[in-house]
Amino acid sequence: MSVGLGKDLVGLEPLSAEQIRLILDTAEPFKEVSERPIKKVPALRGKTIVNLFFEPSTRTRISFEFAEKRLSADTVNVVATGSSVQKGETLVDTARNLEAMRIDMVVIRHPSSGAAEFLGRRIRSNVINAGDGQHEHPTQALLDLLTLRDKYGRIAGLKVCLVGDILHSRVARSNIWGLLKLGAEVGVCGPDTLMPRGIEELGVCRFRRIEEAIAWADVLNVLRLQLERMERGFIPSIREYYRVFGVTLERLERAPRPLTIMHPGPMNRGVEIDSRVADGPHSVILDQVTNGVAVRMAVLYLLAGGRPELADAAKRGGGAE
Amino acid sequence: MTRPERTTILDARALSRALQRMAVQVLELAHGTDDLVLIGIQRRGVELAERIAKLIEQAEGVVVPRGALDITLYRDDLETVGPKPVIGATHIPGDLTGKHVVIVDDVLYTGRTARAALDELADFGRPKRISLCVLVDRGGRELPIQPDIVGKQVKVNPGERVEVLVEELDGRDQVDVVRSA
Repeated sequence: MSVGLGKDLVGLEPLSAEQIRLILDTAEPFKEVSERPIKKVPALRGKTIVNLFFEPSTRTRISFEFAEKRLSADTVNVVATGSSVQKGETLVDTARNLEAMRIDMVVIRHPSSGAAEFLGRRIRSNVINAGDGQHEHPTQALLDLLTLRDKYGRIAGLKVCLVGDILHSRVARSNIWGLLKLGAEVGVCGPDTLMPRGIEELGVCRFRRIEEAIAWADVLNVLRLQLERMERGFIPSIREYYRVFGVTLERLERAPRPLTIMHPGPMNRGVEIDSRVADGPHSVILDQVTNGVAVRMAVLYLLAGGRPELADAAKRGGGAE
Repeated sequence: MTRPERTTILDARALSRALQRMAVQVLELAHGTDDLVLIGIQRRGVELAERIAKLIEQAEGVVVPRGALDITLYRDDLETVGPKPVIGATHIPGDLTGKHVVIVDDVLYTGRTARAALDELADFGRPKRISLCVLVDRGGRELPIQPDIVGKQVKVNPGERVEVLVEELDGRDQVDVVRSA
């Protein structure tokens, strides 16, 4: 009867629409927990969670940590920086050490695509992907979906355009999977050099000019432009990028209707997004941050129990409560 | 498989009379409505609390604050039964410090739900008193918890289930004991 999530959350690609909805529905009541005078419930009391970050991250790590603490889990942060050891080896060793310390869950951020799945296959603990290379960042896409559902009451039929560096973006990939599964129309817009080949085959519309994307979309999800992309020659200059692809107030004012503006953060104001847009009345950027904690609480909670067949059995056999 | 055996222990009229009596008992217990707050346990307790509050309103002409509590996250059996897929809303009307909180639930059985509700309420303030009001007490306690107000007391065996139906959610008012054959 009920759907579960399985052991790990590696990405949105392997999830069904029903599983994604389960996470969003579960996140709903967790929003209220963060509004309480005592922002804590005992659901994960006694669980040990390791936040294993091989890449710098501030907001994702803090958001996960709040989510864990508000569920009463015990948390340890491991920040592994700049190791020259081959990544595969490091991860295997790390996995074995973690298992030996009897932990229950691992939240992993790693520069290599596939690192979360790799770890999940090798340890019994639940693994949650907090971003792996250019592969996926599932909790970011889930909080984006929750924010859109809050605002519009539905996802199906919405026109959402991802703007910027689609090629390197795990946020874009997770968003594309999640939005398509829930029935949204997805657009992508960015320079040719930052657009994956064959992106249309995923079922998304490609816009070459930001003006076209703005005319089409209900929502723009503006991605962060990694500034080192310029050094590697993907874009001629920051100023040029802003001139051609920047989401500016002037461009949005020409749209037939107001567009909802999202950004996964951290923002480069004046590079991919105009400050007046980021702080404007149609920006939901801070709602995204608030929803991030609720969505992560839902994922942790659902994975921690992780035995939906038992829940069903209990419901059939159990008395009224 | 034979069909589950079903015995009705309260029909719509009996349930209505039970709620009226419970409303009067709540008023007596709380010495009026001054600090009274009714908190229903998700799901059917919320509807029952609403009914009792309305009956008190009719009798006293005073609006009684009511709230809803979902105790899922305070359960002690996440390990064994797994996560409940859908968690209901929790809504507490203001600070509970100094209030007389009456917890309203449909069925009292092991007492574990009431235990969880007490823990959860403690995180919303320090009420001067908490009472427990249930429509059906079926016995079978696993914790030292007793109700203050009971609509109907009935001995129900472990293999049986008490099913409370309310108009708002189920289309009719009725309480059945169901045995899975």
